Formats: sequence, C-alpha cells, structure tokens
Amino acid sequence: MTIAFDYTRSLGPVLGRFMAGLRDGRVLGGRTPDGRVHVPPLEFDPITHEPVTELVPVAPTGTVISWTWNARPLEGQPLDRPFAWALIRLDGADTALLHAVDAGSPSTIRTGTRVRVRWAPTRVGHINDIACFEPGETAAENVAAPESAEPVEIMTTPIRLHYRHTTSDEEDAYLRALADGRLIGQRCPACRKVYVPPRVCPADGVVPGEVVAVADRGTVTTFCVVNVPFAGQRLQPPYVVAQVLLDGADIPIPHLVLGLDAAGVRMGMRVAAVWRDRSEWAFTPENIAHFEPAGEPDAPYETYAEHL
Amino acid sequence: MSDVAVIGFAASDRSVTTSGVETLVPVFEQALDRAGLGRREIDFWCSGSSDYLAGRAFSFVNAVDAIGAVPPIAESHVEMDAAWALYEAYLKILAGEAETALVYGFGKATAGDLHRVLALQLDPYTVAPLWPDAVSVAALQARIGIDAGLFTERDMAEVAARDRGGNAEELLGRPYLSNPLRAHDVARVTDGAAAIVLAGGERASRHRERPAWITGIAHRIDAQGLGERDLTEVPSAAAAARDAGLDHDVDVVALHTPFTHQELLMRRALDIADTARFIGTHGDAMFSAGLSRIGAAAEEIMSGRADRAAAHATSGPALQQNLVCVLGSNPPGSNPPGSNPPGGNQLGGIA
Repeated sequence: MTIAFDYTRSLGPVLGRFMAGLRDGRVLGGRTPDGRVHVPPLEFDPITHEPVTELVPVAPTGTVISWTWNARPLEGQPLDRPFAWALIRLDGADTALLHAVDAGSPSTIRTGTRVRVRWAPTRVGHINDIACFEPGETAAENVAAPESAEPVEIMTTPIRLHYRHTTSDEEDAYLRALADGRLIGQRCPACRKVYVPPRVCPADGVVPGEVVAVADRGTVTTFCVVNVPFAGQRLQPPYVVAQVLLDGADIPIPHLVLGLDAAGVRMGMRVAAVWRDRSEWAFTPENIAHFEPAGEPDAPYETYAEHL
Repeated sequence: MSDVAVIGFAASDRSVTTSGVETLVPVFEQALDRAGLGRREIDFWCSGSSDYLAGRAFSFVNAVDAIGAVPPIAESHVEMDAAWALYEAYLKILAGEAETALVYGFGKATAGDLHRVLALQLDPYTVAPLWPDAVSVAALQARIGIDAGLFTERDMAEVAARDRGGNAEELLGRPYLSNPLRAHDVARVTDGAAAIVLAGGERASRHRERPAWITGIAHRIDAQGLGERDLTEVPSAAAAARDAGLDHDVDVVALHTPFTHQELLMRRALDIADTARFIGTHGDAMFSAGLSRIGAAAEEIMSGRADRAAAHATSGPALQQNLVCVLGSNPPGSNPPGSNPPGGNQLGGIA
C-alpha cells in the first residue's frame, strides 16, 4: 500500500530568500547577531531569539566535515547511484549543510575533502536545486543569475511511503469467510455484542470470543447520498452509501445501496446483499457488489435505534 | 502535590497489526495485573506513537479500542517515544488531576521502511526533501566522534559484542553498512509495545509493596539542524540528567541508544559512574523503547535488585531530544540518609 501526498509549505521571509537564492544559483547564509553565518539559515537567533534578517552570500565550495557511504540509494534521494552523504561547511559559513556528494566511490571522499555545488539543470526554488555536491576545489560553473527580488513563497515536496498492513487473527477469519461467501462476526465476552468485522471490543477492551454467523441482509440505519465527484470515484453520482446492520450483528457495516433512485433510500429500509459472480470472489468485502432493496416492510425505528 | 511511582510494567516484542490494538490488549492486562489495578481504576491514559509509522491517520485514536473507553476515559497522546507520554502523566499526577495513570507506546516499524519514514522527522524545508535515511544520519554522527578521537570502531564493536554476543575482533571483519557503521552498530528494527502504570503517593504504596519512586525526571532538546550543533556533545541529555538529579550513586542504568556509538556518547554526556550496571537491549522498538528503558529500570527497584536506578530515552535524529528519569526505592520526600540526591524531584522540564 502506498500513501502519497504533495506537501506544500509556505516559506516565510528567511527561507523564501534562501530558496530564491538557490533558484538564482546562489547559496545564502543567515547572519546572527554574534556574527556567525548559518547555512541553511535560521529564522530566529537561537541565543537572543531575535528574527534573522541579514542574508549574505557564501561560496558554492566547501569542506566535508563528516561523511558516510550510501551504497544502496533509496527512493527520493538525490542520486540513484551509490553516493556519499556529507555534512559540508561552505566557505564563508560557520555551520554545516547536509547533502549528497557524487563521489563515485568511497575511496574518493574523506573528512576534509573539498567539494563544490553541482546545480540542477532547472531550478525552481527548492533544496533540490542543488542537485548534489561533487569533489572539486573551485566552483565548476558560474550559473548565478542576476539577483531577483522575488522570494519563493511556496515549496512543494512530494512524500511517498509504502506499507504492508497485517491483518489480525480475527480479520483473517472474517476475510477468509468472505472468500467463501459467508459473513461472520464475533461476540464480545463481556458485553455480548456481536462485532462485524470482528474486533477488540472498544467498550470493554477485550479480545472477541464466540464466532457468530450473520445474515447477508439487514437494515439501513443511516445513509448519505454522494453528490460530490472525487478522484478514483467508481460510480456516477448521485449514489447512496449506507450503514447496514446485518441481521445478527450489533454494529453496522458501510456499503453501497443501489438498485433504486437515491431519493428512495430511507432509514429502516430492509436490504439484501448482491454478491458478485463466485469466480470473482477474493478476500475482500467487495465480493458483495452492493446491497439492494429486499422487498420487505421497513424495520421499526426501535429495532435499530441503539445502533445509530 | 504527590510523589509518583512506577507500580507496573509490561512489554511485548511483537506487533500484530499496525493499529496496535491486538498487541496492546495483553500488554495492558499484564501491566495492570502487576500493578494490582483494574482497567477502570486508571484515571488517565497517555500514549506515544506515530501515524507515519502506522501508515494511517489518527492511529492513536484507533488504539484506544484496546482500553475499552466505556465509560469515557481521560486520554492524551504524544507523537514521540512514550517516555514523553510518561512525563505528561507524571505531571498530571503531580498536579493532582489523577491518582493513577497508564502510559503506553506502540509501533509496527516493520510495516514500512523505517529508515525512510524517519527522514520525515528532519527539517521539512532543507533536509527531509533529500530523504536522508536514519542510519546515514547516525553514521555522520559516529564519524565525527571517531575523527575527534572520542572512540574507535573497536569501542563500538565492543558495545555490540557485550549485548549480542560474539567478539569485537570478528565483528570488525564484517563489511560496512553505512561507513563507519556496520550492521552490529545499528539496533535491530523491532515491533513492539510497552505499558507502565503510575500511581501517586499513598495509592502507589497501597498497590505495590515496593514501588519505584520517580525521584527526578526531566527532558531537554537540542537544535534541530544537524549542522547546527556539535554532534558529539549531547547537551540536552546532560541538562536533563542534572535536573533529574542523576549522580554517581545509581546502581543500574538503562540507556536508550539505537546505535552503538550513541551509548559511548551518552556515557560521556551523562557522566555515568564506572560502577553502575548497564541493562542491555535487544532492539529498538519505535515509540516504546524509551518507555521500556524506564520500565526496565523500575523493575530493578520493584524487584529489590537495586535501590537507585536511572533510565534514559531519546527521540529525534542523532540524539536530539533526551529524557532522564531517576528512580529510587524511597519516595523523594522521605529523605533517608544517602539516598535522596540534591536536586531530586525537580520539575526540570518546566522549572
């Protein structure tokens, strides 16, 4: 499972100018009242807590303060071939910047190695405007554009993380039953409620016990009509997502209610599962395509009032 | 204002689901059983965990299922190691808003790529977008220590050999993982959960024959920028130790150091007596490892193996944030000769 999001961050007066500098091919440091030049710049002086306002250019060359060899680059890192991570003190700066060094092999880098900025071919006002550093005594190229007055206001950083979720024993049994065309719940040994899917009882904090077969039909407790389109939507709005209290269960499950006009769905409506063709069944609640009206009289409010 | 003690501890070295619920149920049962308390006798619950580790939003709310929140409970959460949740619960009891608390931490680090996930705790403007992994960041710290002559790769290997067996010479023959770190220098990524039960004053003595009294606890933080501080010094840990009243009179010490060189740095920063016994670990269970160190130190007191113990927890990259907790067999106010340190029971974090 991959979770991804593009973080957009507003930069403020200090980092906005720092990022604009990178875009223009310059590295800027922030000078604090004690005269020290910090790269990257700080927004506030750590000693006096005064805002940092003075940004000064530092050299695109510097010295490796510490390094490590990254033999297996990971997704998102500056280089896709083995490289060194280094803390680099740029000439004119008093603090060190973390970045990648395209050193080729671990034998070409050590503490004290001189390195220079390799600029990205296109620069937008982001830390990745520095493509990486490379061994070298002097600046490789003069890319600096005329100083632009426009600070960068927003930077965008895509974040992508990958997970492999594990089911609990109870979820495992629930999904296996679904693959077999059955719905099961489990009863809390303390409050006797039947949870579908089975879960630790959130009222009592105990592991569920007795396995209980529940019906593939039930009562709509509440519902909403989806009118808003969104990315990845599989149905044409308007359509209904309802909470369906299966017969024999004490907690409703969410599912689609189709087969009638959205305006016809109501609380208390009796509905039945429409299973997909058996050949399509897998370990998923999607084995049930949707619910549709069961053609029974509506359930009285008192029968589901406790489950809203 | 009441003295606060640890009266129960339990931990698990596995996680069932990323939600933590199934893992926490038996851990709560054990910790409460050892504390002699029922679930509904807990006045305040506080946890440490991270949505980034769980890969889902509001994962700590999901985990509340394990408590059984009927009738409603008082609950809080920190996105840090649960040692910091313990600090919050400690304050809650000191402030008189609770007599008992259960603190828990949980995480299933193996559900994702932990060392990439941890890049997201770095500066979001200038560092995190480069995705420096946690092992590489630690390696940069280790090299500065080696270059400064504070320790050698052999010293690091000896720490690993002590905790995991084998001998340093043989370990040094193995390849680098992130030079100068080898595989043995990096704590095993483990899943896990831990819970500690706290009680104040008379409640602690009533439920546990020999509570582990918190005589001092404090936490501090160093600058976030990795290039802004001397990575071989851990001033936040030294300051926390001073405020927590850590001195040379502790019998046993439990440090939370996910890398071998970090133990060497912490020994210097905390000025730990050579006579102190160290409690080793077998992995770094994210968000509960620091709490478990406090639990391990408290067990030494509760079992009678020690009269004074110290625990440390770290959070953030390269030992950025540090908490020190000093525990004793006597309440801080009781002042028996030789056992109550000057500066004990200070609220270092807010004083």
